[in-house]
Amino acid sequence: MSGGAWYAWVGVALSTLGFFGFVVHRHLVRRLLAFNIMGSGCFLLLVGLAGDGRAIDPVAQALVLTGIVVAVASTALALVLLRRWYRVSGESVLPEDV
Amino acid sequence: MIRLLGALLACLTVGAALAVAVLWRPLPVEDLPLRVTSRLAEAGAGHAVTAVLLDFRAYDTLLEVAVLLVAVVVAMALREAQPDGPDRMGLANPLLRAVMGWLLPLLLLMAAYLLWAGSSRPGGAFQAGSVLAASGVLLRLAGVGFNWLDNPLRLRAVLVLGLAVFVAVGVSTLIGGRQFLDYPHEIAADLILVIELALTLSIGLALVSLFQLAPPQHTGPHLPDRRRRTRR
Amino acid sequence: MNPLPWLVALPLTGAILVFVLPGRWRAQVSLALLVPVAFASLLTLAGVLSQGTQSHVLGGWLAPLGIGLRADGFAAGMAVLTALVATPCLVHAAFSLRTKAAREGFWPLAWFLWAALNTIWLSADLFNLYVGIELLGLAAVGLVALAGSAQSLAAAMRYLLVALLGSLLYLLGVALIYAALGSLALADLAAHGAGEPTVLIAVVLMTFGLLLKTALFPLHGWLPPAHGGALTPVSALLSALVIKASLFILVRLWLTMGPGAMPVTLAWTLGLMGGGAVFWGGWMALRQTRLKILVAYSTVAQIGLLFLFFPLVTGTPIAAATLAWDGMVLMLAAHACAKAAMFLAAGNLVLAIGGERIADLNGVCRFRPFSLLCFGIAGVSLSGLPPSGGFAAKWLLVQSALASGQWIWLPVLLGGGLLSAAYVVKVLASALVEGPVSDRFKVPSLPLDLSAFVLGCISLVLGLVAHTPLAWLRAGGPFAGGG
Repeated sequence: MSGGAWYAWVGVALSTLGFFGFVVHRHLVRRLLAFNIMGSGCFLLLVGLAGDGRAIDPVAQALVLTGIVVAVASTALALVLLRRWYRVSGESVLPEDV
Repeated sequence: MIRLLGALLACLTVGAALAVAVLWRPLPVEDLPLRVTSRLAEAGAGHAVTAVLLDFRAYDTLLEVAVLLVAVVVAMALREAQPDGPDRMGLANPLLRAVMGWLLPLLLLMAAYLLWAGSSRPGGAFQAGSVLAASGVLLRLAGVGFNWLDNPLRLRAVLVLGLAVFVAVGVSTLIGGRQFLDYPHEIAADLILVIELALTLSIGLALVSLFQLAPPQHTGPHLPDRRRRTRR
Repeated sequence: MNPLPWLVALPLTGAILVFVLPGRWRAQVSLALLVPVAFASLLTLAGVLSQGTQSHVLGGWLAPLGIGLRADGFAAGMAVLTALVATPCLVHAAFSLRTKAAREGFWPLAWFLWAALNTIWLSADLFNLYVGIELLGLAAVGLVALAGSAQSLAAAMRYLLVALLGSLLYLLGVALIYAALGSLALADLAAHGAGEPTVLIAVVLMTFGLLLKTALFPLHGWLPPAHGGALTPVSALLSALVIKASLFILVRLWLTMGPGAMPVTLAWTLGLMGGGAVFWGGWMALRQTRLKILVAYSTVAQIGLLFLFFPLVTGTPIAAATLAWDGMVLMLAAHACAKAAMFLAAGNLVLAIGGERIADLNGVCRFRPFSLLCFGIAGVSLSGLPPSGGFAAKWLLVQSALASGQWIWLPVLLGGGLLSAAYVVKVLASALVEGPVSDRFKVPSLPLDLSAFVLGCISLVLGLVAHTPLAWLRAGGPFAGGG
């Protein structure tokens, strides 16, 4: 198995795992972590498949870099919301999910 | 239990679909890396990834900076709605302060190097911006305040600088009769450097602001409207 | 000069300006900027109608190396619709936003939202669409959170989680398509995408991601608290435009793949989910006691009607498919105007009675008849009564269902209309009951009522002149020959 394909399969595993965690957990920090794991899996899949059996693909790397910044911004926004929600409610799960 | 089974089923479906898609993927029709290499000389950056980020697909990067700014705007507006108590971010740790004296120049040097290296080697505005942000976060933890940022206009101006420069370059290429973000070849490298410099500052500051816009409150949750909240 | 890049550059400029400017100038600058943005949208549509599909090569790099902007009739029509709906909403916001936090956040976020919408309408690149929906999602979540209450924070958080999951599913699809085709341009997907299992799986994953963001039943749980709890102009923008953006991408993807490329079972699944949405959303709307939540559930129901498009175009004769297309886009436009009008009118009524409860509307007809009239006008189009745009759209969908022999959608269309008429009447009935004789109502200022009134009238007139916009929206698309 080439290096690219190996990364792609790890990406598939991580995405699936992250998806599972995202759906099954209720604690918001866990869900955010799951989101980030799924995101990393997604990026690995993108880079791994693109770099499989060919020269390194700068386009895929640039896409992932863009994706990472977007994921960082989303995570930061989620954490800000989470902190604010915790301060008014004292809870770290969403109301109807209890 | 039902949720667990449902989640298991959903994730197995997604995983299986991904596995099938990866196994049966065809050979790509298009070879983008080849196109990038063949046109690299015409782009404003020598390093392929930087060329894709800031020239070939600069539009994506522009929008991505906007995404980061949106997060900061929301964080600022939420603080307005829910004012913070006194700042307790600093750790009472003399060691951190002492180490920061050594570390800070190194971090700044590192950020500058990453920015400069981006045109020919791995590196660039985002890496430099995040190192800058890391030094900012360490400074905050060491208890150093950023007083010059208390002026909201100044803070906003630096936050928006990257996006503003990027859009300004795009609009001026449009007004000059070229396509949006189509840098004139002679000054392409300079324009990209200017954009990257502005982006580094804005990204660094945006990440630091996101860090300090929702500070921990030692008083714990204060619950003004808990009594009014109806539990169903 | 080509107006396409200006459609993105101008709203971004607006966002930058209002972010830096001191608070008191933000509304004025925004209202002044409405003129050039609306003008650019109209110019785009005019260009498409006179010269055919417009495009712009960003950075001077042709796709697939660079990113292309492309405007056919559908895209240009959506840009004009955005300007049409957003203008009254921003006018409403200029007169209705009270708290400092709301004014602080609303203006920059609204401009970012507009930039993201135009990005999505014009994009011809899969990854660019991803960045577009992320920008749209984050701005929309921020706008929801602005209302400031604990409930709105929870609603924003839930919305954010759903939006993030949806974008990741979309991104997985992008990764697979890039691996399979080596390109991200929509044109390459159209040329080489059909028949590849990897591409098909990718599009299915993207479809589910986009369904989450469009809040199709049963994935709609996040929508009512988010849309119902937000500030009034925000609710209007979100319900009218933001959920349409993910639907737009979905329609783009399916049409790019070609009518025969997507499995009929999946199309029927979407249609059945849509049918479920119509009944469930209508029933839940009928049961609500709070006005804006009722309107939000009505959005859940109306989204369902739009999804009848998918079974009606997949594997059906071209005549039926063209009718379905016409019905779907007209429904989309009419719903955007009517729902924005209804949210604005509902917000005005809430302002007038000083609360959310429908029961408190008693007597409002005597003292605030104009506010109530605006709500009624919007309700006419939503429940599909002639001569509104909603009526014409349903008529087209019924004809399409008959032409393709898919009778099953007739009860959905009919029942949905009855349910929506029922919940509109429920509100009106409560308002028409005589209340206390003294005027205990606050007075919403005239621009607030007018913005709702204008939008409501547009959705009514849309039914009378449906021919013209439908011909515009077909331009350059796969249904250009029909009608």
